[in-house]
Amino acid sequence: MSTATIAARPSLALRARASLRRNRRWALITSYVFLILFAIFFLIPPYYMVVTALKSDAEVAHMATNPWIIADGITFDQFRILLTQTDFLIFFKNTIIVTVCVVAITMVVSVFAAFSLGRMKFWGSGILATGIFLTYLVPDTLLFIPLFQIVKAIGLLNSYWGMVLVYPTLTVPFCTWIMIGYFQSIPKELDEAALIDGAGHLQMLTKIFIPVALPGIIAAMIFAFTVSWAAFVYPMTFLYSSDQQVLTVGTVTSLIRGDVYKWGMLMAGALVAAAPPLVIYAFLMDYYIAGLTAGATKG
Amino acid sequence: MAEVLLRNVVKRFDDVEVVRKISLDIPDNEFVVLVGPSGCGKSTTLRMIAGLEEISAGDIFIGGEVVNDLPPKDRDIAMVFQNYALYPHMSVFENMSFGLKLRKFPKDEIKKRVDKAARILDITELLGRKPKALSGGQRQRVAMGRAIVRNPKVFLFDEPLSNLDAKLRVQMRTEIKRVHQMVKTTTVYVTHDQVEAMTLADRVVVMNGGVIEQIATPQDLYHHPKTRFVAGFIGSPAMNFMRCRIEQNGVGQRVRISDAISLPIPALQAPRFQSLTGKEVVFGLRPEHITEPRRSDRDPNSEFAVTLDVVEPMGMETMVYFTVEGQEICARVDPGSSSGPGEQMRLYADMNQMHLIDPQTNAVL
Repeated sequence: MSTATIAARPSLALRARASLRRNRRWALITSYVFLILFAIFFLIPPYYMVVTALKSDAEVAHMATNPWIIADGITFDQFRILLTQTDFLIFFKNTIIVTVCVVAITMVVSVFAAFSLGRMKFWGSGILATGIFLTYLVPDTLLFIPLFQIVKAIGLLNSYWGMVLVYPTLTVPFCTWIMIGYFQSIPKELDEAALIDGAGHLQMLTKIFIPVALPGIIAAMIFAFTVSWAAFVYPMTFLYSSDQQVLTVGTVTSLIRGDVYKWGMLMAGALVAAAPPLVIYAFLMDYYIAGLTAGATKG
Repeated sequence: MAEVLLRNVVKRFDDVEVVRKISLDIPDNEFVVLVGPSGCGKSTTLRMIAGLEEISAGDIFIGGEVVNDLPPKDRDIAMVFQNYALYPHMSVFENMSFGLKLRKFPKDEIKKRVDKAARILDITELLGRKPKALSGGQRQRVAMGRAIVRNPKVFLFDEPLSNLDAKLRVQMRTEIKRVHQMVKTTTVYVTHDQVEAMTLADRVVVMNGGVIEQIATPQDLYHHPKTRFVAGFIGSPAMNFMRCRIEQNGVGQRVRISDAISLPIPALQAPRFQSLTGKEVVFGLRPEHITEPRRSDRDPNSEFAVTLDVVEPMGMETMVYFTVEGQEICARVDPGSSSGPGEQMRLYADMNQMHLIDPQTNAVL
């Protein structure tokens, strides 16, 4: 081997490494550019909400000022009026009651359904599982007409208890579906070991499946919570007096009078309404991600 | 502790019969290994004993009692799985005590039993840990501990060492044997690894295609296989099989393998094969019985010369491969005596160890 080739070697390796670094840098730069664009795009509406909620009515109405900044100083009047002089707190309370009940009902039904469909193989279980998912694909904008008849027949029209009955038609199918997937990712030997250890099906569910599948269950809970908290079509259709109304529809209907939009209070209401989901996401995000990326249970 | 009996047990999945009318007697305290290639029905048989799989026909007895329709928890068995199947959210102690807790054992009794099992398996310091903080070998010990604490009538092992690396597998094999010698519970162990089967078992059950080919002690299985399948399955490298013709000459019977190679059947065995003269059969001889001519009392008639195709040095021995009549043959020779590939080598066949197999029935004659 000549000395020239020996000398060429390290520089070649160096060049290869440099090009690798360059590649990586470009990949990073591109990622950041798109992530920043994405973040800006999605942060504009919340920013606009905050800015508008902290302005006085006079400033909001003033056409000459820049809508993106607060020129006349920060005021919390919008929040004060919203919480003291409107039915906002009643909507908030109703939404909490409905959501807690819906999440509880959904979890009980879905966990049992997913366990039996995903684990206890029986005749027709496969078709049933697919059927449940198909019901999720029917949009609520189609379902509300027949559901109206049902809710009316039961006598729950204009009652938030009607919502407790109706929302699970949206949440149960999807939650069952993601939990079937999660339960199936748990090794079969785990229930066999439990069977041999002396557990019945209920003990297997409560002592093994629920603890092991907790990330999946929490992911499903967050989903049920979000759907129930943000539902619009059903309360819009089934509820009309303000003592029964929930946040989404209540805020809009009570703060838009004819063509008068109380923008400041609308934005303040939207912010307060968005707070609980934000807090829950912040605390349970890790579980949510773990739930969606299932299968981390290899014993 | 109890004996396990299988009587004409059949398992069908839809139309496919995976276990075909097998019968097996496992006396109290015995360590039986079910071995065979994948799909031979060994795991299904074990799962039927465990009660995890319903039986399609026949009877299974544990301790004299028919258990056909008993759920697993009422059969008083314990099982160790290939992937350990530890409960990931429970500590080692909780994993081991789960079965006892479900059976409502008093707390101090549970603690006593877990401590004792932990001492046997040397996992006392791991009791507080979660399974994910354990290595593969430790997890397997915990899985065994979970079986031991229950003090069941029968231990069932389903390929428990397949997930471990080669070195750990050998170590755990010894461990399992040691534990069995200590607790002496009737054990049924499933593996596809014939070395594991030979080293662990009191008796080995060789299965193939849903039937039992042979039940015998490891030594018996090695020296007196009953079928071509068993002869080829037990032993590594596998037994050589060669088509041959039995000939009779003035001195005695000979096995004619090729025009150049014909080997004498030992006088002691000759009467058994008298009726085969002139017939085509399969000649079986293990690689370790084809060596360089080393014994002083050997029969020079049993020597032959071949050209080596491949030479594989293994350290303490060397495997040499050559071809006779289109059939690849392996021999096990001393590292010092081997020739190189493409070269000639003189080999000696220990004809006392030969087997003749009926090509139609595959039975060893």
